[in-house]
Amino acid sequence: MADHDRILRTTPRKAATFDDHTLSEIRRAAATGIYDIRGGGAKRRVPCFDDLVFLGASMSRYPLEGYRERCETNVVLGTRFAKKPIELDIPITIAGMSFGSLSAQAKEALGRGATAMGTSTTTGDGGMTPEERGHSEKLVYQLLPSRYGMNPDDLRKADAIEVVVGQGAKPGGGGMLLGQKISERVAEMRTLPEGIDQRSACRHPDWTGPDDLAIKITELREITAWEKPIYVKVGAARPYYDTALSVKAGADVVVVDGMQGGTAATQEVFIEHVGIPTLPAVREAVRALKELDMHRKVQLIVSGGIRSGADVAKALAMGADAVSIGTAALVAIGDNDPLWEDEYQKLGTTAGAYDDWHEGNDPAGITTQDPDLAARLDPIAAGRRLANYLGVLALELQTLARANGKSHVRNLEPEDLAALTVEAAAMAGVPLAGTSWIPGTR
Amino acid sequence: MSKSMSNVDVVDLAELELREVNARLQQHNGSEQGGHFRVINPNGAHAVACGLNAAVIVEIDGHTGYYAAGMNQAAEVTIKGNAGPGVAENMMSGTVRVTGDASQYAGASGHGGLLVIEGSASSRCGISMKGIDIVVKGNIGHMSAFMAQAGRLVVLGDVGADFGDSLYEARLFVRGSVKSLGADCIEKDMQDEHRDELAEILALAQVDANPADFKRYGSARKLYNFNIDNVGAY
Repeated sequence: MADHDRILRTTPRKAATFDDHTLSEIRRAAATGIYDIRGGGAKRRVPCFDDLVFLGASMSRYPLEGYRERCETNVVLGTRFAKKPIELDIPITIAGMSFGSLSAQAKEALGRGATAMGTSTTTGDGGMTPEERGHSEKLVYQLLPSRYGMNPDDLRKADAIEVVVGQGAKPGGGGMLLGQKISERVAEMRTLPEGIDQRSACRHPDWTGPDDLAIKITELREITAWEKPIYVKVGAARPYYDTALSVKAGADVVVVDGMQGGTAATQEVFIEHVGIPTLPAVREAVRALKELDMHRKVQLIVSGGIRSGADVAKALAMGADAVSIGTAALVAIGDNDPLWEDEYQKLGTTAGAYDDWHEGNDPAGITTQDPDLAARLDPIAAGRRLANYLGVLALELQTLARANGKSHVRNLEPEDLAALTVEAAAMAGVPLAGTSWIPGTR
Repeated sequence: MSKSMSNVDVVDLAELELREVNARLQQHNGSEQGGHFRVINPNGAHAVACGLNAAVIVEIDGHTGYYAAGMNQAAEVTIKGNAGPGVAENMMSGTVRVTGDASQYAGASGHGGLLVIEGSASSRCGISMKGIDIVVKGNIGHMSAFMAQAGRLVVLGDVGADFGDSLYEARLFVRGSVKSLGADCIEKDMQDEHRDELAEILALAQVDANPADFKRYGSARKLYNFNIDNVGAY
């Protein structure tokens, strides 16, 4: 190559707008004529708890000794109306994931891990299995639009009831479980033919709006003698109004799930483009509770992309009472483990990126109904891993709480936080670090 | 306050709170013991006689609000009047009878048992039904049997638009007209076995009608697995 040719030619450059993933999606759509379906939550970068830091203690705040002074972590949920509120040892619960989307072994592992750490698990869109009830000391039973497997006996066996209005991965969308995972047992629990694509309703069959929901909640309480805490779970769409309306409808607990929250299967376009991130959702939900003078009276659980004790601590500092984890719990029990890299490669993906959970081929035996794959997951060992992970989250949470001088994690407060970006400062309502400026305020 | 009249326990919603009334009706839940109750002055109250789980007889003298006899198990509940939305929702077993009309979502997501509506029912009757049998002597509204999974819906009168939209394996029988069928719902042959099946349900419901006068509808099962050629139906 002559010198002048080298100088005249720039290096090849791909468009930021049309990156490799985008190009591959256009080709995939052109070849198949159908949208992409996958599991998990939003994969794009969104403002999150990483954009906040704790200020720690110094002259005006006194820290607690890390290994000597106690820092409590318990939380009581359902104190508003329920005769039997739930007390959790740690403010970290396991989110609703169905038997059907997950193997029986995976559900058992979640129950074992949560129980070992004194916290709750949650059923999912497919009913309650006896194994799940047996392995979960505290179990939240979801009332979903599909009502698959819903029955009053299981309602009474539950420790709390969660009315699911939506989830963060797809606010406004119903569940989806494709035929590959509708095994005989899953089909029977859902009263559906085996092997069909199950597309759950996105609206409840017998109520519309908060006025109806109030009556629905009354009915659920009447069926369970007003014993069970009743949660209302919403996807982070309009969290200020959704939280306020949940309170109006009589919820004991409001669960707000941000767009990073996972799903078993939904259209990629829905996951990435509907709903708002967890960070602003917490702020808006807390604002609604405070304006109604219901903060701490109606408990707030936040979910969607919680990974570490730092995430938990920041959610609590912003005003949540507890958090819920789904994806992180699956990873803890073995999802996307590089141990299975050869098999992920055969599926055209790699460990850490595997999200075709709906296809039921999970090498880790978690998001599958294939008996051979499911048998790979030892529920006892996996449960122990989850317990370890939950324990680490709690230790990290306590570390941060002590560093901010708190003897109970619920005493963390917005004043302990600063934001690293203008976006996070605006969304979380905490000052940009090094300033007293909260965008949107004077 | 309750008064015993010839072995019928009379429960007055004008005097007692809903919780007290339901607690009284639910007192035999989970046991073999029966009982006979009459609820007076319901005045459209919601969630009356829900969560029953015993072979008790409950007569409600008047109109009820939302979710009367919700999630019923084993009990025989009669509403002598009209019923609000979601009557007998998620019923598991037993019988619920409405002598008047029923509002929306009658029998929604019912898993079993028999719901008889002697008048008409509004929209979404039998939505998401999962094994319940519903017999309506009058007409039913639009979007009835939407996503109906299992059980039988029998209508002596006429049916509104989009009947049986996206239904699964529920079986639908109609004597009158159907305004329009929803996605994947088709008329099917009415054979002897179906007439026998229908006669059995009508007898259980104590409804006098000739099975030969009915048409049968069910799922074409074309939407059970996603097929791009059906995209216009979604």
